[in-house]
Amino acid sequence: MYAQMVKSTGKGVQPLEEMGPQDRAFQERIDRGEKIEPKDWMPDAYRKNLIRQMGQHAHSEIVGQLPEGNWITRAPTLERKANLLAKVQDEAGHGLYIYCAAETLGISRDELFEQLHSGKMKYSSIFNYPTLTWADMGAVGWLVDGAAIMNQVPLQRTSFGPYARAMVRICKEESFHQRQGYHIMIQMAKEGTADQKRMAQDAFNRFWYPALMMFGPSDKDSVHSAQSMAWKIKMNTNDELRQKFVDETVPQAEYLGLTVPDEHLKFNDETGHYDFSEPDWDEFMDVISGNGPCNTDRLEARKKAWNDGAWVREGMMAHADKKAQRKLAAE
Amino acid sequence: MTKSKEWPLWEIFIRGQHGMSHRHVGSLHASDAEHAIKNARDVYTRRNEGVSIWAVEAKDISASSPSDKGPLYDPARDKIYRHPTFYVLPEEAGNM
Repeated sequence: MYAQMVKSTGKGVQPLEEMGPQDRAFQERIDRGEKIEPKDWMPDAYRKNLIRQMGQHAHSEIVGQLPEGNWITRAPTLERKANLLAKVQDEAGHGLYIYCAAETLGISRDELFEQLHSGKMKYSSIFNYPTLTWADMGAVGWLVDGAAIMNQVPLQRTSFGPYARAMVRICKEESFHQRQGYHIMIQMAKEGTADQKRMAQDAFNRFWYPALMMFGPSDKDSVHSAQSMAWKIKMNTNDELRQKFVDETVPQAEYLGLTVPDEHLKFNDETGHYDFSEPDWDEFMDVISGNGPCNTDRLEARKKAWNDGAWVREGMMAHADKKAQRKLAAE
Repeated sequence: MTKSKEWPLWEIFIRGQHGMSHRHVGSLHASDAEHAIKNARDVYTRRNEGVSIWAVEAKDISASSPSDKGPLYDPARDKIYRHPTFYVLPEEAGNM
C-alpha cells in the first residue's frame, strides 16, 4: 500500500527451531507481542526491511502532497482551500513522523532523501497519477486516504515501537482527510449540477483501480509478505486489505449515486463479500518502475524543492553556529 | 549531491492542557533550540495538543541500555510489599 513492494531477503521464513539462539529469542519476543525498540538487538534483515518499508511509507506521505498541492490555489471556496491546506500540511507532518522513526534504525534523513531522489527507494504508485479536476480532490481524500487508513490502522500494532507510535499519531489525524474528501464528493455527486456529477464519476473512474493497486500485488505474486508478517511489520495480506476496502467503499459509492467502473462487481451471498475485477497488474508494474503518467514530474518537483532549499538549510545552520560561537565568546 | 551538514536531531516533549507532565511526542531536525521549538509547534501541535514545549538535543539525552534491563529492575521485582494489595485488611476498615 503506502509501501507496496518492499523487497525482502527473498528467502522464505525460517522455522524457529532452525534459528540461532539470538534470532530465536528475537522472534519469540515478537510472537509474545513485545515491541522492539531502536537500541534492542535485531537481525540485520529486520532492520533493512523496516528501513525500506518505512522509507517508502514516509516518501509516499511527502510525494503525496504534490497531487493535492496542485489544487490549493484553485480550490473553489476559501473554506475548501483552508481544508485542503490543512490536509496537505498533515501529510508533511506524517512524513516527518515516519522519517524520524526510520532514523532510529541508523539511516540519516539526507540518506533517505538521497535514495528517494536517485530512484533507489520507491513511493506509492498512486501518486504518479495526475489530478485533473477539483473532483479529484474528493476522490483522493475518499479513496486514497481511505485505502491508507485501512493499511495504517493495523500497523499501529506493528512490532517496531517507533513505527507503531508514529502510526497511532497518524491514524488519529487521518480520518479528517477521508471525511473531507467524501464531503467534496457528496457536494458534487449528490448535490451538484449535472456537470459536477459527471466530473465526480469521471474522477471515481480514474482513481478506482489505482486505489486498488495501493494494496500491492495479489497475494499469489507477493513474494515478500511471509517474512514481513512473521516479523509483524506487515499485519494483513494485500488481498485481505483490498477486499476490506472494496467491501467498505462500494456502499459509499452507492450512497453518492456513483457507478463502480467494474462490470464484474457483484455481492457474493456465499462469502459475504464483493467479487470484483483485479486491477491491471502490468500497468501497476509499469507505474512502480517509473513509467507512470507523472513519475518524472513528481521526482523533478521533489529534487527541485530539495535543491532550491539547500541555501536555507545551510544558512540556518551557519546562523546557529554563529550564535553559539557568540554565546561562547561572551561567557 | 554535495554532502550537506544535517540539522541536529531534537527530542520533543509536550505538556497537554490538563496539567499532566511533559510527554515525549517524537523528534525532529532543527538548526538550534529556538528553531526546534518553532518546528515542534508546526509538527506536533497542529490541533492544540499542548500548552508547553520542551526541546532537548538528542545527543544530550543519557539512556539506560537495553541489556541492563535485568540487573537494573530486578531489585524491585521481589518487593511486592511496596504495593497496597500486599496488605490484606478487614472489610470493617472500609476503603483504605
